[in-house]
Amino acid sequence: MNLIEGATGPWEIVIGLEVHAQVSSNAKLFSGAATAFGAEPNSQVSFVDAGMPGMLPVINAWCVEQAVRTGMGLNAEINLRSVFDRKNYFYPDLPQGYQISQYKQPVVGRGSVTIELSDGTVKVIGVERLHLEQDAGKSLHDQHPSMSYVDLNRSGVALMEIVSDPDMRSAEEASAYVEKLRQIVLYLGTCDAVMAEGSMRADVNVSVRRPGEGFGTRCEIKNVNSMRFIRQAIEYEARRQIAIIEDGGKIDQETRLFDPNKGETRSMRSKEEAHDYRYFPDPDLLPLELDPAWVEGIRASLPELPDAKKARFVAEYGLSDYDARTLVSDRASADYYEAVAKGRDAKLACNWVTTDLFGHLNKDGKTIGDSPVSAAQLGQLIDRIVDRTISGRLAKEVFELMWETGRDPDAIIEEKGLKQVTDTGAIAAVVDRVIAENPDKVAEVQGGKEKLLGWFTGQVMKLSGGKANPQAVNDILRAKILGG
Amino acid sequence: MSLDRDTVRRVAKLARISVNEDRLDDLGHDLNRILGFVEHLDEVDVSGVQPMTSVASQTLRWREDRVTDGGYPEKVTGNAPAADHDFFAVPRVVE
Amino acid sequence: MTDLNELTLAQARDGLARGDFTSVELTAACIAAVEAARPLNAFITETPEKALAMAKASDERRASGTVGLMEGLPLGIKDLFCTEGVLTTAASHILDGFHPPYESSVTTRLWSEGAVMLGKLNMDEFAMGSSNETSYYGNVVNPWVPEGDNRRYVPGGSSGGSAAAVAARAVLAATGTDTGGSIRQPAAFAGIVGAKPTYGRCSRFGIVAFASSLDQAGPMTRDVRDAAIMLRAMAGFDPKDSTSVDMAVPDFETALDGDVRGLKIGVPAEYRVDGMPAEIERLWHQGEAWLKDAGAEIVPISLPHTKYALPTYYIVAPAEASSNLARYDGMRYGLRVPGKDLVETYEGTRAAGFGAEVQRRIMIGTYVLSAGYYDAYYLKAQKVRTLILRDFQQAFQGVDAILTPTAPSAAFAFGEKSGDPVAMYLNDVFTVPASLAGLPGMSVPAGLSATGMPMGLQVLAPAFDEMTMFRVGAALERAAGFDARPAKWWVS
Ligand SMILES: [Mg+2]
Ligand SMILES: [Zn+2]
Repeated sequence: MNLIEGATGPWEIVIGLEVHAQVSSNAKLFSGAATAFGAEPNSQVSFVDAGMPGMLPVINAWCVEQAVRTGMGLNAEINLRSVFDRKNYFYPDLPQGYQISQYKQPVVGRGSVTIELSDGTVKVIGVERLHLEQDAGKSLHDQHPSMSYVDLNRSGVALMEIVSDPDMRSAEEASAYVEKLRQIVLYLGTCDAVMAEGSMRADVNVSVRRPGEGFGTRCEIKNVNSMRFIRQAIEYEARRQIAIIEDGGKIDQETRLFDPNKGETRSMRSKEEAHDYRYFPDPDLLPLELDPAWVEGIRASLPELPDAKKARFVAEYGLSDYDARTLVSDRASADYYEAVAKGRDAKLACNWVTTDLFGHLNKDGKTIGDSPVSAAQLGQLIDRIVDRTISGRLAKEVFELMWETGRDPDAIIEEKGLKQVTDTGAIAAVVDRVIAENPDKVAEVQGGKEKLLGWFTGQVMKLSGGKANPQAVNDILRAKILGG
Repeated sequence: MSLDRDTVRRVAKLARISVNEDRLDDLGHDLNRILGFVEHLDEVDVSGVQPMTSVASQTLRWREDRVTDGGYPEKVTGNAPAADHDFFAVPRVVE
Repeated sequence: MTDLNELTLAQARDGLARGDFTSVELTAACIAAVEAARPLNAFITETPEKALAMAKASDERRASGTVGLMEGLPLGIKDLFCTEGVLTTAASHILDGFHPPYESSVTTRLWSEGAVMLGKLNMDEFAMGSSNETSYYGNVVNPWVPEGDNRRYVPGGSSGGSAAAVAARAVLAATGTDTGGSIRQPAAFAGIVGAKPTYGRCSRFGIVAFASSLDQAGPMTRDVRDAAIMLRAMAGFDPKDSTSVDMAVPDFETALDGDVRGLKIGVPAEYRVDGMPAEIERLWHQGEAWLKDAGAEIVPISLPHTKYALPTYYIVAPAEASSNLARYDGMRYGLRVPGKDLVETYEGTRAAGFGAEVQRRIMIGTYVLSAGYYDAYYLKAQKVRTLILRDFQQAFQGVDAILTPTAPSAAFAFGEKSGDPVAMYLNDVFTVPASLAGLPGMSVPAGLSATGMPMGLQVLAPAFDEMTMFRVGAALERAAGFDARPAKWWVS
């Protein structure tokens, strides 16, 4: 069990997450305005998004489809009938005075997400629901001394709110869960999950309890927008609550804000007023009804998801659990690996991808999408090792050149004359020269100091510019010196 | 059921309408009159009856994911009581 | 030549087609009549220059051979329809100065069929009212007054400005909207025809929302033919309204032969309400007799949940309104009353911007949706609504249309009912049930009260069967031969 020590004994943290994932769509959930990040203020706003009188919502089919796909990625029930409700509250970034969301009947019901922790523990986190809703606009507070400025570009953008069960027990579990959600939506292409741009963000519900006791009172930390902040917010909030309880205090159920500068959570006074959202079905919209055949068509078109892919990599390619997990962490890496491994030594391919390729990507801060070395090129390089055109050691040098120039390995090997020399005549000539120049060392070897053969090999390799096939060198040396 | 002053005050707050204290009783009276009227529904047996979601018996129509609107910030903010550089300017929001 | 503004749409259409006069001449006559009718306070905004420009363009189109269904015909537009660049207020202080940068779908259709806009008509604030006494721009006065009575009378509501302007012959016809009777009841009070089509026939896009599941636009005209002509131009599928129905719009004029032989006309027992004036009851019987004489069969029917319609309406409509009107918050358009902070600005703006009746309904709606009350009020009301719809569906298995009075009384004097909200609500007792069920209904002027005020009969039809509604309406009109006109006391 994952416990933290307080002044009066151990405590358990209980975490549930509400993750808002922005649907990757061209247009908004209920209007035809664009959704691109970083546009000029109010330039991606229709009269619908601005809550103008008489404006009406019309739903974007693509957004519905992405919610269903994501639901399938969460192994969840798809509800063939769901309802859009209005969540009523006043806020300057909420132009209609209500958010269109799904309250009692969401489009996606119960599902689950499997997470794997660094110690190899596997845990299943329950997903309560996924529903579609509108995003709000954005208020800026630093543009004017006494006014806030409102930009409605985000107003009406489609969000999928994914609500977990309170199943997580540590910051690590919470971040593994969010990371897994990211993987799933990225595999599905339903959300681009760029937390820095807000296209994925989390409301974190935290409470603490003594091991074995019922749930404590929770606080909701709103809109945390990075993995690191999620972990920090949880650690801070758990400590804060434990300190209050151990001091004899009580936790107030409230909404809090994470301040990344101070690494603290603090109460959001403006939202403290009694919540009464007065949900009711939006009379501008009819219930959302899905055709079962359409739903099954989507199911049939789903890509292989990370869990299934990992299992297949272990079974099909004989990879270790660790390597398989690394490779499937994003779809492009897994696809890259499979292209390299196809028809080749799968483990050798795995080494090259996870060590050399990933190492270079990391060092240069590149993603697999902008790797200068294509899967076909890396595959060709591996082929040259296997067919003994070059040695493994030279291959590393060739890879460096491929990385720098983006050229094919064959062209580099050819141009630089790096082809391994397997012609025994040529090698024998070099061996003869080394033997002739070092009669004393030959005598020592013949006298029983066989270890010195390594030294001879090195000399031969050096004189051949590294191109001689080391095995051939060894064989010829033995024959010539030891006469074996 | 009838509304007392506190409830009227709370409802006015939720509706974001300021109501002077001296109007609370009158307003409460009017609201109670209306609520008394609608409470006739208590007599109706609705067991097993589905709530109406729409009088038009049809299904929700979907639109394509195409950008067809927006690109006119000056129209969006053109009626605003206060605007600056295509932003709406509103009383400061404290968080 | 008679005054052109006295013509019906059909007469004006034919005169324009014959070249007897131009749209500019017709429009000029209406502009003069609109000015003369100012004592009625029917308009919030007059747009004479725009009207003449539109008329001129129409004459040019006609000369080049393009003639729409409403070509050259001058109309008044209820100020609930957003009109691009023209002040649109919903008769509320809170929409001060609001010039929509867009046009409603219904008015877009009318203009593309060639119609001409004379201006924006007064109404009850946000369409909440049955007497046009809640407008920020003041009461609309009914052109009709009982002889020898020096009081002024209400035109009904909420489309009171539309009713008054049509009855006063200031506009040839007007748009109205009907949420619980706001087209039909003022039509009855003003001696004109008002038709509310089936929910979903006319797009709601660009109409300031009151109660989304009930609001429907419709024509208010001098006779049944005009209503048929104008509804055809207003109706039609609109992809911008998710509740708009994708269904062909028939030529309603072809239903106007008035042949009701063999039709079964239902007369619901439950509409015989306590305290109904004898003259309303008499008018109703008269209507039955007219239709019977014309060859229809009168069938007694039962709509058992009728008495729950008003209570249901006064939960559903305020609930939706409380949410629909949340956008009027002083942030993006209209009135802002600055306070010391955001909340004070919200509360001050909405207290100053909304009139008393709108505030009452917002608060009722807020209350019935609030935590702990939703199930008891809103959910319950939506279930009763299902029962009310079922009543009609069952009734329409046995009859083709239903005949009722439009309102429980003729128009009343100002102030007579404004003291008690519930007394005012009872005005809509006969119109609200069909609104809740989304059914088409029209009011046809059928006679005068003892004091000489007009009274109307209502025809209800099954969903999307406006053809039958018009057919029966035309038969009633023919039999009633209603040709009374208000004395033009307002012309000085
Ligand atoms: Mg939430
Ligand atoms: Zn949400």
